[in-house]
Amino acid sequence: MKTDDLIDFLAREPAPPPGRQTERRRFSAGILAGLAASSLLMVGLLGLRPDLTQVSHTPMFWVRLAFPSAVGVAALLITLRLSRPGTRVGGSRWAGLGLPILLAWVLAGVVIAQVPGDARGALVLGHTWKVCSTLIAMLSLPSIVAVFWAVRGMAPVHLRLAGAAAGLLAGAMAAITYCLHCPEIAPPFWSVWYLLGMLIAGGLGALAGPRWLRW
Amino acid sequence: MTSDPAREHAGEGAFAVEHELRRCFVLGLAGDAAAYRRCLDGLATHLRAYLRRRLPRALEDVEDILQDTLLAVHNARHTYREGEPLTAWVHAITRYKLMDFFRSHARREALHDPIDDDDLFVASDAEPADARRDVGQLLETLPDRHRLPIELVKLQGLSVAEAAECSGLSESAVKVGIHRGLKALAARIRSSA
Repeated sequence: MKTDDLIDFLAREPAPPPGRQTERRRFSAGILAGLAASSLLMVGLLGLRPDLTQVSHTPMFWVRLAFPSAVGVAALLITLRLSRPGTRVGGSRWAGLGLPILLAWVLAGVVIAQVPGDARGALVLGHTWKVCSTLIAMLSLPSIVAVFWAVRGMAPVHLRLAGAAAGLLAGAMAAITYCLHCPEIAPPFWSVWYLLGMLIAGGLGALAGPRWLRW
Repeated sequence: MTSDPAREHAGEGAFAVEHELRRCFVLGLAGDAAAYRRCLDGLATHLRAYLRRRLPRALEDVEDILQDTLLAVHNARHTYREGEPLTAWVHAITRYKLMDFFRSHARREALHDPIDDDDLFVASDAEPADARRDVGQLLETLPDRHRLPIELVKLQGLSVAEAAECSGLSESAVKVGIHRGLKALAARIRSSA
């Protein structure tokens, strides 16, 4: 086929397809589906924590939930930028990702400073540090698929970076659901292990990006 | 750089091209097929010149990459945001397709040429060479659900409404079918490279 014929052929249908292809619908659907799938996985494999109702009355429960939520929003904003060709992510969006992490670490530092030296290590390690990050990364797998599906409806050109951002978003979604299971509530614990879990998901996304996001 | 008159002139020319192509592209997105065709024609001539400059040692591949890029521009047209520079958007797509070509052909030495942002619309080249791969033949290898909506609308020249009537699908199903089919076509092109 000659280039001129190809152009003829493409120009017959100039307007982009309606509805399902639009960014907002695609990302909303992907995020809702990912959250639902990761939640099901969490309930099925790990179960809700038994004292969820009582603990949900404590402020720290919501502070902990806010951490992956804020990381998730920041990762979403970066993913949206990376889903379109020719746009820059911009310093404010990167700063938006750094801020919740910084705040979590400041909070962890304040909490750690208040306990005697020999109790600090136990506060960071909690009772579940060996499994926490792995479980979050595992819960992120269905979310990674869902978020990647949303990004594939767009046109990312930096596949590794877009994959990493999408993976981080999926990791944050998984960490949000993990909050409903996790018995640990101390900031020194979750500011380290939740973050590590989300970063593992981001790393998985970076590995998968060049292959799964090609178009 | 602005003290160089030739370069300044080229910059103004590129600005005018950007302005005109963007206008046509936006009209096209709103459904104006003639404007969209003008835009794709204009893009093709500029991209051809750009690619020929980029690939002096692989001129025989230029027409293939050009078709690949035009198909990518078309498949990604919903990701262009009105008001943003069309140059940056098209350039990012072109560079992506070029990198893809480099990767699949392992011509890594060509990557050492820096790819500048500012020279995309400076020159144009309307003289096509023959493409080496036939997009038409690749189209025939697609499964029916992808191929039929494309053939009805794009090759037989039916309108979307006529194609919908003819195939018993809704109009938006025909449009989505074409969109998916062209993405599948792009995937075929990738795996044939």
